[in-house]
Amino acid sequence: MKELALDSTATPRLSFLKRLMPARPGELVIETVIRLCGYSAVLFVLAIFIFVFREGYEFLANRLDVVQFLTSTEWYPDSNGNKRYGALALIAGTVSVTILAMSLAVPFGLGAAIYVSEFSKGRTKETLKVVIELLAAIPSIVWGFIGIAVLNPLLIRIFDTPVGLNVLNGALLLALMSVPIMVSIGEDALKAVPDSYREAAEAMGATRWQVTWRVLVPAARNGLLAAVLLGVGRAIGETMAVLMATGHSVNVPHSPLDSVRTLTATIAAELGETARGGDHYQVLFVIGMLLFTMTFAVNLTADLVIRGFKGKR
Amino acid sequence: MKKILCLAAAASFVLVACSKGGGAGDRVMIQNKGSDTMVNLAQAWAEDYRTQRPNVAIAVSGGGSGTGIASLMNGTVDIANSSRELKKEEQETAKKNTGKEPVEHAVAYDALAIYVHASNPMTTVTKEQLACIFAENGKCTTWKDIGVEVKDCPGQEIVRVGRQNNSGTYQYFREWAIGDKADFKLGSRDMQGSKDVVDLVEHTPCAIGYSGIGYKTAKLKALCVSNTDPASCVEPSAANTLAQTYPISRLLYMYTLGEGTPEVIRYLDWVRSDAGQALVERSGYVPLPADKRRPAPAS
Repeated sequence: MKELALDSTATPRLSFLKRLMPARPGELVIETVIRLCGYSAVLFVLAIFIFVFREGYEFLANRLDVVQFLTSTEWYPDSNGNKRYGALALIAGTVSVTILAMSLAVPFGLGAAIYVSEFSKGRTKETLKVVIELLAAIPSIVWGFIGIAVLNPLLIRIFDTPVGLNVLNGALLLALMSVPIMVSIGEDALKAVPDSYREAAEAMGATRWQVTWRVLVPAARNGLLAAVLLGVGRAIGETMAVLMATGHSVNVPHSPLDSVRTLTATIAAELGETARGGDHYQVLFVIGMLLFTMTFAVNLTADLVIRGFKGKR
Repeated sequence: MKKILCLAAAASFVLVACSKGGGAGDRVMIQNKGSDTMVNLAQAWAEDYRTQRPNVAIAVSGGGSGTGIASLMNGTVDIANSSRELKKEEQETAKKNTGKEPVEHAVAYDALAIYVHASNPMTTVTKEQLACIFAENGKCTTWKDIGVEVKDCPGQEIVRVGRQNNSGTYQYFREWAIGDKADFKLGSRDMQGSKDVVDLVEHTPCAIGYSGIGYKTAKLKALCVSNTDPASCVEPSAANTLAQTYPISRLLYMYTLGEGTPEVIRYLDWVRSDAGQALVERSGYVPLPADKRRPAPAS
């Protein structure tokens, strides 16, 4: 009864407003503001790229041996006798931690997304969603603490290794950090598959497992891939937790129990202490460019892969 | 330009405050930044100085000698703490950027201890052994290469614990153990602070690390250090540092741009007075000998 009353008053008021406000100028203002918001994203990306490029370009062009930078493991930016800028060990650190983290996180993240979206119901579903979102709210420095205080002694005891600050420790933290992102985006992607798909498959006599695996997952693959790639992006860019948990040691890892140092951690640890404009300062910006290129490549691949899927369909 | 105006304003403020005679109620802020080795000491000085001169607030932060010196070169701190001397190029950069010559003030002695886990049977270490463990071309990778066996250390692998490469402690240890032009072996665990080194060594049977003697705890061992002959080794202690028999000891510095404002000069005099040096001893460092001290500034 109340709702009805509300409705009957709301409609005339709306039409009254419409009559009062001239549509053209208002629309123009709002349109301009929205357009600026859209363009500003492009502007910011460009500005950041130009800034990073400007700070490191001079060194990259004139004094850095790019081949050595990409193939040597010798990172001695502060040596007095023989300065060497080989970032291969740092790249290996970032890549190894990211790959291990993803191989742990992807099955868990997508599995959890499928369970939450397709198999859980009612209260279980709601509780799971809230708890998983809570996991995403934990700050990365707190993850770092967990790596040092909890995982470090645990890994030493389980694997009988001298130091528990290593690739595995960092990867476990990154996996835990990226699972919530994968679950919420993966779940959205599965939810977006029209119910008619499910109904059609069930009508053909498919079991629930067959429906999920053969129909829903292929139908939602773009969304699921986006979920995975956002996780990868998080893993490459994460700094604080990996700085604390990986042992911060320039080293090409031979096993998950070796300590490494990542590209991001190197910038974080060294940038604050270098003289502005010096070689060391500039080489850190070249590392920034490298990180930029890596995430750009990941995004571009994702875009092309998704486009490829679309083309086939 | 804005910065210069601000500095000029601050300077004239201090001058006016002083000419008023003490100028109670006018707060003066001194920015003090740099060496992690010195951060506890600098904090202790700042807190104690506050009780003597409540209108002067000293903001202390760490980050490493390199951070302090970088800030000094950019003119954003009043006093930079450094556990190493300023390099020639740093002096030139500072002069170029700010127009003022950096001035050095020796304020205390520091001694680096070589720490190992409590279960490590070693009691002494020579410079050669340290070079063999830490230098780029050093061959010692397991504790067997040193001739000891460490209980609970899987594979007897030596876990080297060091500092990030812009720390004054890192550079000082490199210079002392393997020479200024040489480099460390890669693959050491590079910690962000002096205390982190001690923490990791405490919990890692395989570890060996270097850090200030002020950070020693009861849970790990600090080795007796010698240049060549283990029989003539010297224990890391305040008395041995002051007697200049302990090999890995050095002066700690505070740097200012020019002589600094009157309040900065007064603070640095106090730091080097008997009152300031008493705090050095209490913080686990080694105070200046009598001939390098200053009389306490009149209040």
